[in-house]
Amino acid sequence: MHTVTYLEALNEALVEEMERDESVFVMGEDVTWALMGSTAGLAERFGEERVRDTPISEAGFVGAGAGAAMVGMRPVVHMLIAPFVYVAFDQLVSIIAKSTYLYGGQAKLPITLMAPMLYNRGNAAQHSDRPYPTLMTIPGLKLIAPATPADAKGMLKAAIRDDDPVISFEDGGLWGQRGEVPDGDHVVPLGEADVKREGDDVTVVALAGAVSHALAAAEELAGEGISAEVVDLRSIVPLDRETVLASVAKTGRLVVADPAHEMGSVASEVAAIVAEEGFWDLQAPISRVTTPHTQIPYSAALERPLYPSADRIAAAARQLMA
Amino acid sequence: MRVTGDDLREMYRRMSRIRQFEATTKELLLAGELYGAFHTSTGQEASIVGACMALRTDDYMVGTHRSHGHPIGKGAALDGLLAELMGKETGVNQGKGGSMHLSDFSVGSLGETSIVGSGLPVAAGAALGSKMQGIDRVTLCFFGDGASNQGTFHESLNLAAIWTLPAIYVCENNGYGELTAAHKTMAVEQVSERAAGYGIPGVTVDGQDVLAVYEAVSEAVARARRGEGPSLVETMTYRFDNHAIGIRIENYRDPAEIEHWRTRRDPLVLFRDTLGERGVDGDELDVIDKEVEAELAEALEFARSSPTPPPEAAFTHLFTNPIDA
Ligand SMILES: Cc1ncc(C[n+]2csc(CCOP(=O)(O)OP(=O)(O)O)c2C)c(N)n1
Ligand SMILES: [Mg+2]
Repeated sequence: MHTVTYLEALNEALVEEMERDESVFVMGEDVTWALMGSTAGLAERFGEERVRDTPISEAGFVGAGAGAAMVGMRPVVHMLIAPFVYVAFDQLVSIIAKSTYLYGGQAKLPITLMAPMLYNRGNAAQHSDRPYPTLMTIPGLKLIAPATPADAKGMLKAAIRDDDPVISFEDGGLWGQRGEVPDGDHVVPLGEADVKREGDDVTVVALAGAVSHALAAAEELAGEGISAEVVDLRSIVPLDRETVLASVAKTGRLVVADPAHEMGSVASEVAAIVAEEGFWDLQAPISRVTTPHTQIPYSAALERPLYPSADRIAAAARQLMA
Repeated sequence: MRVTGDDLREMYRRMSRIRQFEATTKELLLAGELYGAFHTSTGQEASIVGACMALRTDDYMVGTHRSHGHPIGKGAALDGLLAELMGKETGVNQGKGGSMHLSDFSVGSLGETSIVGSGLPVAAGAALGSKMQGIDRVTLCFFGDGASNQGTFHESLNLAAIWTLPAIYVCENNGYGELTAAHKTMAVEQVSERAAGYGIPGVTVDGQDVLAVYEAVSEAVARARRGEGPSLVETMTYRFDNHAIGIRIENYRDPAEIEHWRTRRDPLVLFRDTLGERGVDGDELDVIDKEVEAELAEALEFARSSPTPPPEAAFTHLFTNPIDA
C-alpha cells in the first residue's frame, strides 16, 4: 500500500498504462501543461507524440480519438471539464457510442474520456455539470465515477484496457483527498459496486463525491443507534444491480445519494431498479438525495445547499427509520 | 501517375458496378423489397472510383450517408452490400446499418456515417493512428458540399494540418445539399478555396472525369505518404437521381440542368470515349458490363437466400466486451 491523492492516483494509472501499452496516448487541451493535474509529467516522460495538446476543437479531437481507436490505438481523451462533452456530443453519441453496433461489430472503440466535474466551487451554471445521467441514456457507452484514490486508479486502468468507450467522471471535490492504494498492478473491474461500510438498518447507495458524505452520515447515524450500509456504486454503466439489491434485502431501506440533478439521475435509475426488483424487501419508501432541478448558481450561499451533504443524507435515513 | 491498361479496365469495372448496383437496388426499393432512406451514387461514379483507385486496399476510407458507391469503389464484393440492404444476417453490417451505412471494413472502410459531417474527425483520427503506428497508410474521407459547412470540417482540416496527418479530404460537390444549391450556402466559389485557411493544398477537378480525379487524388496520396500532410480535393459532380429516392420535390433543379448532366456529362459515357481513344475496344467494355451484370445477379441471389438475423441480434454488438453476458 501507498498513500496518494485522488489526482496522483489518476496520474499513476496513466503512467502505468502508457508504460505497458504503446498504443495508449493522451490528448486534450493543455495536457502537456497538466492544467487539470492528472497528466503531470507525462509529456516529459513519454514525449509530445503521445501526449498531445489539442486546439480548442472538442468535436474534432473527440472524433479523432474515435478514428484512432478504430485503427488500433487506445486514446485517452481529456475533456478538461465534463460539460465540454456537449460540444463534442455528436461525435460521442453518433460515432463513439454507435459505431460498434452500426457496423455490425466490425469497429472496435477502445477509447477513454476523462471528464472532471468541477462543481461546488463557484463555477456557475455552465461549468459545474455532472453530466453522467444524460450520457447513461445512450446505449454503447460505459460510465464510471470513482470516489477514492484506489478506485480512481484501478478503474481508470480498467477503462483504458477495455475495448469499448468508457467515460471516467472525476469528482473535482475529491482531487486532493488522500487514500491508500494497493501497490503493483491495481486494476478494479468495471461494473462492481463496493460496500464501503457495512450496516443493517438502512442502505445508502452513493456515487462520486456523495460517497464521502454518505460515510460521514453513517458515522453520525451510528451515534444515534442507526446502522447504515454504504454502497459505493463506482460504475454507472455497467450498473451492479446485485450488490444494491442484496444490500436492500438485508436492510429494508434505501437512500440514494447522487450529486447530479434529480430528474433522470442515477438515483432515479437505482430507485426504479429497487422498486421493480426489491419492492418486497422494502420497509419504507425509497428516498433520493440529489441536486434539485435548477441551474447551478455562482454564489456559494446559493450553491452549497443544493448538493447532497452528510446532513441531508442522515436526515433522509432518519426519516426512513421513523 | 502511371495508369496501366489493367487499371483502366478495373476503373471501368468498378464504375459499371456502381451504376448497375444502383439501377438494380432502386428497382428493388420501388418494388418494396428494400426500404429505408436511400441515396444513390448514380452520376458520381467517376468521382468515387477515381479517388478510391488512388488508394491501396489497406488504406482507410470514411464515407457518408450516400454510402452505396464508396465501398464498391474501394473494391468491396457486391453480395454483402446487397444483403445488407435487405437487412440480412450476411450483410456487411449484419443487418445493423442499411442503406446509409454500407461499410465493408475488409476493404479499409472505417464506416459510412449518416450524420452530415460526422466522418471528418474520424478520418483525422485514423490518419493520426497510422502516423503514430509508423505505418504508411493514408485515410481518405469522402464528404459532400453540404458537409463542408459543418464545424467538423473546420476542426478536422485544422487538426490534420497542424499534425501533418496523412489524410485526403475529398469533397464530392454535386451542387446540392438536399434541395439547397451549394452556392447559396457558401460565400466562396469553390470548397477547395477553404484549404487556404488551413495552409494545405486545395484543388478542384472535373468529377465526371475519372482520370482527372485519379490524378489529383494520387498526388494528394503521394504527398500524404511522404509525410507532408493532408490535402483537400474537390470533385465537381452531379447526382442523377433526386437527393433520396422517394422525395417528390423536383423543382429545385432546372430540368435542363439535369438533362445536360445526364446526356453530356455521364461519367461512364465519357470514360468509354476516353478508353476508346486509348485503344480499349468498346466490345471489351460491353463484356465487362455483362460480367458485372452476372456478378450482380449472383449477389441478388445470395442476398435473397440469406437468412434474416435472429431477434437476439438486436442486442449484440452494443459493445465489443459485452457487459451482461
Ligand atoms: C447533421 C445532419 N443534418 C442534416 C441531415 C439531413 N441530411 C441528410 S443528407 C443532407 C445533405 C447533405 O449534403 P451533402 O453533404 O452535399 O451530401 P450529398 O447528399 O449531396 O451527397 C442532409 C441535410 C443529416 N443527415 N445530418
Ligand atoms: Mg451535395
